[in-house]
Amino acid sequence: MSSAAPVAEFPTSSPLFDARAGEVTQAPSRGQRIFDAVFRKTCHTFAWLTILLVGFIVARITAAAIPAIHTLGLGFVTGRVWDANAGTYGILAQIWGTIYTSVLALMLGSIFGVAAAIFLSEGFLSAAVFGALKKFNLHLKPVTLRLPDQLERLLKELIELLAAIPSVVYGLWGIFVVIPLIRPWCNWLHAQMGWVPFFSTDLSGPGVLPAVLVLAIMILPTVTAISRDALVSVPPKIRMAAYGLGATRWESLFAVILPAASRGIFGGIVLAFGRALGETMALAMLVGNSNQIKLSLFSPANTLAALLANNFPEAGPKEVGILMYAALVLLAITLVVNVAGAFILHRAALMQSE
Amino acid sequence: MSTAMPPLRPANGHAATLPAEKRDDIVVDCHIRELYYGSFKAVRDTEIPIRKNSITAFIGPSGCGKSTVLRCLNRMNDLVRGFRFEGHVRYRGRDIYAHGIDPVAVRRFIGMVFQQPNPFATSIFNNVAFGLRLNGFKGDRADKVEKALRAAALWDEVKDKLNKSGLSLSGGQQQRLCIARAIATEPEVLLMDEPCSALDPIATRRIEELMTELSQKFTIAIVTHNLQQAQRVADYTGFLYVDTTQGGRTGYLVEFNHSKHLFEDPQHPHTQQYIRGEFS
Repeated sequence: MSSAAPVAEFPTSSPLFDARAGEVTQAPSRGQRIFDAVFRKTCHTFAWLTILLVGFIVARITAAAIPAIHTLGLGFVTGRVWDANAGTYGILAQIWGTIYTSVLALMLGSIFGVAAAIFLSEGFLSAAVFGALKKFNLHLKPVTLRLPDQLERLLKELIELLAAIPSVVYGLWGIFVVIPLIRPWCNWLHAQMGWVPFFSTDLSGPGVLPAVLVLAIMILPTVTAISRDALVSVPPKIRMAAYGLGATRWESLFAVILPAASRGIFGGIVLAFGRALGETMALAMLVGNSNQIKLSLFSPANTLAALLANNFPEAGPKEVGILMYAALVLLAITLVVNVAGAFILHRAALMQSE
Repeated sequence: MSTAMPPLRPANGHAATLPAEKRDDIVVDCHIRELYYGSFKAVRDTEIPIRKNSITAFIGPSGCGKSTVLRCLNRMNDLVRGFRFEGHVRYRGRDIYAHGIDPVAVRRFIGMVFQQPNPFATSIFNNVAFGLRLNGFKGDRADKVEKALRAAALWDEVKDKLNKSGLSLSGGQQQRLCIARAIATEPEVLLMDEPCSALDPIATRRIEELMTELSQKFTIAIVTHNLQQAQRVADYTGFLYVDTTQGGRTGYLVEFNHSKHLFEDPQHPHTQQYIRGEFS
């Protein structure tokens, strides 16, 4: 490194001291310095490559979408009709379907995911197992001593395994298991309470609700894993403070531990929302692919990702441009969600340290 | 116990019964026969009477179980899996380990301040008001919060920023905030587990002065690693030591007396050595 380098930087050109005979301490050798420099440069390169790649993808999609943007303009985003034969293209219904299914799935997935995270991090399970072992006076045997924690870890890994199931399998499971299972209940609800907007149609097959249920299960591992990490990393001294003041388990959980972990939990939920927005295969199979904007949970709908997946195979050059435009809109939605999430997290961090 | 050691207590009663004093001002009567974590015997044979409006200090080398004894007094040890206790701890005439006693209720009457300052990540006001909310206090919260902060000698420093986070305070201020939080609900007894070990000497001095003031109103038991601190603030001091003769590391009470007597005229060789600074 040249002599113009900042003073704080470790000198890499010459050793600081001449080693005396018999001394163990040495300045870094030439080999160590070279290795260090190469390692640093490599990391830099790969970091920049990743950023470049993202930029490249966005640039290519935008470039491919430009003709469609010119011809269709903003009417593409506000139009409700997608009719390739008539040449009318609008994706408002798909935008609605994307956000509606994602938000509903997120609500469901977050409730169950955070509940599972609490169950797996606050020792409810291990305490119960320990109590049961104690009844048989087995709780101090070397074999059973670690059983409560092992069981908890097993359950946690089972939930995380949900993330490893391919999306198309979820789709098939939704079609052949979920839809037949919920259909009688949904139609009963429609018959009894059809005046409620959410139940205003009957479920004839694919629709919003089956898509939401499956999507909620798909994002559950993300929410659970991240929330559990956040809950586990709440410092024990904070828990002790709550217990020491005479708080019950639930009081300390809701008044102290959940608020302390809220930033991590929220981060997990934002990540899960991103996944739900972009989820394609299962939704394409379950949502019904019908472009309508309805509140009903039982009517079919469509999402941007499903639209892309369904229309690419037979798209000509002009349609590809239009689909690229739709992809750009989807990209923009996920970007907005992530940036908003990061912003809220940042504000929360500021408020906590103030 | 090795046979070379003199008997722990005179045959006619336990050493903790101080002559010429009534026993009816004992607020917490702690009698630990045996205390286990799992199969590990942590403490044995420890009897400490904690007297009204006094400061009782527990001293002893690391690992002698003085914190464990303290945590016994408000059932914080119940949170440790595998905790088992034989003996009794009487408070208001009832054994707090008796069947049907709720540990949560015990902790509301016997408050605690910890080694590390541990304010919640919320405003200073909410930190102090936390206990009031828990206890369903219906009266003037702001008034109680102010009183607690004044009693903890923190009011003047924070009165203009009650809405700021408790974490924005310095270490010593945070510890006084934790004291304010603990005394806001006016528990009868306050347990302090090495409350100054994470603080600098000036902050330590302030907490010590505060303890002396608080003992007018509260009964305080404190664990400390600092002999001078016990000498400065405590009315009574108990010395605990580790017994390694039975293979484990079991703590037990060696000597209990007025601080003055214990420090000036320790009876037991272990106490003498410890106070002379021959081990720590």
